[in-house]
Amino acid sequence: MSATQKPRIPSLLKKYLMALSGLVLVLFVLGHMIGNLQFFAGPEVINAYAYHLHHLPGNPVSLWLIRLVLLATLLIHVWMAVLLTKENREARPDTYLDQKTSVATYASRTMPISGVLILAFIVFHILQFTVRVVPEHYDKTIGESSIEVGHVPLEYFDVFAMMVAGFSSPLISLFYIVTMGLLCMHLTHGVSSMFQSVGLRNESWRPKLKAAALAYGWIIFLGFASIPAAVLAGFGKDYLADKEAQWRAAAAVTTQSH
Amino acid sequence: MELNSNIPDGPMAEKWSSHKTKIKLVNPSNRRKYHVIIVGSGLAGASAAASLAEMGYQVSCFCYQDSPRRAHSIAAQGGINAAKNYQNDGDSIYRLFYDTVKGGDFRSREANVHRLAEVSVNIIDQMVAQGVPFAREYGGLLDNRSFGGAQLSRTFYARGQTGQQLLLGAYQQLSKQIGLGAVKMYNRHEMLEVVLVDGHAKGIITRNLVNGKIERWAADTVVLATGGYGNVFFLSTNAQGCNVTAAYRAYKKGAGFANPCYTQIHPTCIPVHGDQQSKLTLMSESLRNDGRIWVPKDKAAAEKIRKGELNPNDVAEDDRDYYLERKYPSFGNLAPRDISSRSAKEVCDEGLGVATSGLGVFLDFRDSINRLGKDVIAQRYGNLFDMYQCITGDNPYETPMMIYPAVHYTMGGLWVDYNLESNIPGLFVAGEANFSDHGANRLGASALMQGLADGYFVLPYTVGHYLGRQGIAKAGEIKSDHPAFDDAEKAVRERIDKLLSIKGDESPRSFHQRLGKIVWDKCGMARSKEGLEEAIKDIQDLRKEFWTRVRVLGDGDELNQELERAGRVADFLEFGELLCRDALMREESCGGHFRTEHQYTQEDEEVQSGFLSEGEAKRHDDKYNFVGVWEYQGDDVEPKLNQESLVYEEIEMATRSYK
Amino acid sequence: MHLHLKIWRQKNGDESGKFVSYELPEVDEGSSFLEMLDIMNEQLVEKGEPPVAFDHDCREGICGMCSLVINGEAHGPERATTACQLHMRHFNDGDTITIEPWRAKAFPVVKDLVVDRTAFDKVIQAGGFITARTGSAPDANEIPIPKPVADHAMDGAACIGCGACVAACPNGSAMLFTSAKVGHLNSLPQGQAEKYSRVTKMVDAMDTAGFGNCTNYGECQAVCPKEITLDFIAKMNRDYAVARIKNFFNKAS
Ligand SMILES: Cc1cc2nc3c(=O)[nH]c(=O)nc-3n(C[C@H](O)[C@H](O)[C@H](O)COP(=O)(O)OP(=O)(O)OC[C@H]3O[C@@H](n4cnc5c(N)ncnc54)[C@H](O)[C@@H]3O)c2cc1C
Ligand code: HEM
Ligand code: HEM
Ligand code: SF4
Ligand code: F3S
Ligand code: FES
Repeated sequence: MSATQKPRIPSLLKKYLMALSGLVLVLFVLGHMIGNLQFFAGPEVINAYAYHLHHLPGNPVSLWLIRLVLLATLLIHVWMAVLLTKENREARPDTYLDQKTSVATYASRTMPISGVLILAFIVFHILQFTVRVVPEHYDKTIGESSIEVGHVPLEYFDVFAMMVAGFSSPLISLFYIVTMGLLCMHLTHGVSSMFQSVGLRNESWRPKLKAAALAYGWIIFLGFASIPAAVLAGFGKDYLADKEAQWRAAAAVTTQSH
Repeated sequence: MELNSNIPDGPMAEKWSSHKTKIKLVNPSNRRKYHVIIVGSGLAGASAAASLAEMGYQVSCFCYQDSPRRAHSIAAQGGINAAKNYQNDGDSIYRLFYDTVKGGDFRSREANVHRLAEVSVNIIDQMVAQGVPFAREYGGLLDNRSFGGAQLSRTFYARGQTGQQLLLGAYQQLSKQIGLGAVKMYNRHEMLEVVLVDGHAKGIITRNLVNGKIERWAADTVVLATGGYGNVFFLSTNAQGCNVTAAYRAYKKGAGFANPCYTQIHPTCIPVHGDQQSKLTLMSESLRNDGRIWVPKDKAAAEKIRKGELNPNDVAEDDRDYYLERKYPSFGNLAPRDISSRSAKEVCDEGLGVATSGLGVFLDFRDSINRLGKDVIAQRYGNLFDMYQCITGDNPYETPMMIYPAVHYTMGGLWVDYNLESNIPGLFVAGEANFSDHGANRLGASALMQGLADGYFVLPYTVGHYLGRQGIAKAGEIKSDHPAFDDAEKAVRERIDKLLSIKGDESPRSFHQRLGKIVWDKCGMARSKEGLEEAIKDIQDLRKEFWTRVRVLGDGDELNQELERAGRVADFLEFGELLCRDALMREESCGGHFRTEHQYTQEDEEVQSGFLSEGEAKRHDDKYNFVGVWEYQGDDVEPKLNQESLVYEEIEMATRSYK
Repeated sequence: MHLHLKIWRQKNGDESGKFVSYELPEVDEGSSFLEMLDIMNEQLVEKGEPPVAFDHDCREGICGMCSLVINGEAHGPERATTACQLHMRHFNDGDTITIEPWRAKAFPVVKDLVVDRTAFDKVIQAGGFITARTGSAPDANEIPIPKPVADHAMDGAACIGCGACVAACPNGSAMLFTSAKVGHLNSLPQGQAEKYSRVTKMVDAMDTAGFGNCTNYGECQAVCPKEITLDFIAKMNRDYAVARIKNFFNKAS
């Protein structure tokens, strides 16, 4: 039986790649969430933040470098996840008639599924907010708005309005909130598991890390989900309506002038 | 039968070292031309296989379990002796030697025992180097405890799992050699025959237990390290698969079987709970340090306790008989194994026994808990109490434990000379399977020592000595197509076919149980001429019944545990008779062998003077100071007794007293 | 007590198996689980049906041979207890008990409830030892070993190689077993010389034997009769990383 085995990437190497890529993603998600929470500080703040992100020193190389690293990390994470899941299914082809689970959490047992759904979310999310092509045309209506960068006033794409517009669709908001729930689950296992995978967990630290992972997962969930939830509850609605009116008017002017 | 013990000349303390200098050596480059078969992967087998392979011999090793790591050595709890004198309490090689000879009730061969004591120190070094995690003191040095009545602390231990840790050490060395290709390991292979060519052991026949294949294996020499035969009693502390088959097959091929009647009964086991019980569990003897052994004085009270109508805690102090404390005031509850076992039997025979079966006595911690507190007791024995509770469901902190003696170890075994070679040239026997070092009674913590001594420090020399004597021209000369293999294989096949073809109505297990009952009742803790004669007859009848009525389901060419058991039981049915014959022949009591006719009574001056109490074992050194070696003469023919007389040069024979 | 049993029957490794139901009218609650199976087998023999094959030897929880999944749990419902040490008083009259073999690709079924665990031996053969030539050892007290280190090593060494960890792991991973041995040997001073080669070789052997990867479920620890902890897995992960890094730089230089 053993002779027929294909050579595998050593199991522990896979685990390390999984954990390290997970760590990068964990840090990114946290940063991203903190950044996004500036949404509640109003259009000026979040729009300025978006501006900064897109005008990092060394732009545009730096931005693309960061994107590349993130993409590579995600690819490694997903690739390892696929290998692990596939090999693990092969290693345990049959289940028990009356399968009992003693300690493995629901989150840990659904990592591949939550992962795949998160991946689907990321694709959608980038198409929506970065490439801005889904849902169709919604962003075409969004124009620029004034921000201040180092006391210099200038006009920049209105990310705030985009977020409000995006989340005005209950379906999309719901999709976000559900996925954030999955992400929360993925992280409640993932963050503590990460420490185990790199050998930094022991009997006395395990409960503490578990609690930290749980807290982290919930923070991420609440932080992110608060945005679509707030929009559904009406946050920024008036602003968007005002702005839309302005942009429509401006657009009318431009068309006329042609 | 020629029994030459081949004890080297010279003073006792120099015999082994001078023997080693004179022994034949095999040139390292020639060693790989020799093939050594080792049957058994316990302490003795695994250590021998690893060492011989390391030296360069080609080794094949066999065991019946699914992995060599599971040999029954794994179950030893207590510890291993060595004359290290790390405690500076005056231990020495001589003292260990002396204690072992005395403990064996002067029925062992001095020279072997002395060598055992000598190499005991190397064993500890070797095992530590391999990573055996022996218990340590806070300073980081090895810890010791005292064991089995010895007056010093010379026992090394690894929690309650010393045997496991030692076996895993040896298993790891064996595994290394398997990984290197120097040992070929055959798991789930049962040896069913030894093959002799011109009187020398040159191979074996095995059955592959997974697919039933009968296979032949040729070699230049064969080592049997197949463990003890305690399972002849059906219930014992042995593993289910422990058997006499390998040794008995060799006996039937002409190897002498020495002292089969020397069996050891351990006093502190968990009592039998019913007639479906399959094995007995040992509770460490250390419990006797703080537990007090008693039975009710009154039969009616005992009866009520058995029925569950009376709580033992309600039996008043005056109504309890602390019989060991009464009979042996100075040793009390710590009287030696054989004496405490026999006393338990006596009180139970009188109808004072507790436990549902009536075969049990109390081991009560009430007084120690009151004196020392529950915490101290829990610290000392917590895991044993848990184990007891796990098995019986009773909480020993609240109700007294119940214990009863059980068969634990067999001192008898195939006869071997000083080189551990049997009277069949080229057939070596090591570990519990041989008779060599423990005489009529084994001291605690010395079987592990012996297994490792044999495998690591004796066989690597003496096997080479045999091969060297054969000469390199003979290396690998015998192949498995030799006609002797045809005959042996045929015999094995016929036996299996016969077992399968009887298609009777009673399971092998049931026969085993019936045999066990006969041997336990009549050749257990107390034996008498009358009982033994009955037993021999009963066993003969049972054997006949077996061969007409046994039902072995399934086929020979598959994994068939019924067939495995049937084969083992068939051998036990013959061997059980030999055991009883030996017990009948030995008209004395010594060590684990107690003949009711031979005990000290009021008439003896030792009793009158108070040196011994009534009922102590009475040796007859004038007539029975020999190893009884049985020679097979044919099926259903009385075997022939040969004698190797024992000479005590170093130690003066004496009567044991524990009063 | 009266029991209904549902037992996996499989003639051999090549044929597929199925569950078969049996009735057991009378078992003493003081019997061990394996004695219960003995009784059932005797009953089958009486009826002329082939008895159920199952592995067992010591029946005192130390040899690691017994290997039953009882009602979906490796070694049954009691913590820190092997199947052979499990007693019937933990079940109720009238219970239905499902009994299955270990299930993992690396442990193919041989017959009924018997599986082939030689994959474990292969892992040990790859590096689960300390090289110490017979007769070459220095005095045992030459290297003092602090008690906590010796105790920790013993915690890992207590593993009985039963395979319940693999059976319980939804990934069929042998991490607990392998890490227990790595942890035992790598924490002792005697084991230092081969520390890094040991961990890489044993992990490789574990992978080639067809065991799955660990995703930190922790089921293994829950069923382990010897209470080996996940700490050993973490420690092995650590040792492995150091080994790879050392190896990388050794190759590079
Ligand atoms: C419960 C218990 C506790 C003990 N405690 C202690 C203690 O504290 N201290 C102490 O010193 N001693 C103790 N002993 C005794 C000691 O453990 C044994 O005597 C010793 O380990 C025997 O080792 P061995 O190598 O001779 O045989 P075993 O370890 O029994 O090995 C026998 C080997 O032979 C193989 N085998 C047997 N028959 C066949 C066959 N027909 N074909 C192929 N292979 C076969 C088996 O597979 C196995 O590998 C204890 C014994 C028991 C039962
Ligand atoms: C994009 C799709 C994703 C997939 C398919 C996926 C899949 C998986 C899977 C199967 C595991 C379990 C592996 C294991 O426990 O060893 C895992 C672990 C993990 N994932 Fe993801 N995941 C994805 C995205 C993410 C994201 C976005 C994050 C962070 C925000 C993340 C963080 C983690 C962490 C921290 C672990 C734990 C690593 C470890 O145990 O060592 N994952 N992922
Ligand atoms: C409610 C939740 C979220 C909101 C409101 C949100 C918002 C945004 C916005 C506005 C952008 C565009 C930034 C810009 O281009 O200026 C963006 C980009 C991005 N988001 Fe989110 N996000 C959310 C959740 C997530 C989650 C959970 C993940 C990952 C798992 C994620 C991953 C990304 C990525 C990868 C980008 C692309 C960054 C780039 O431009 O390279 N987002 N997000
Ligand atoms: S780690 Fe535990 S479950 Fe796994 S083999 Fe060892 S003892 Fe059995
Ligand atoms: S259950 Fe399996 S996933 Fe890892 S923690 Fe144990 S090996
Ligand atoms: S039979 Fe030995 S551990 Fe269960």
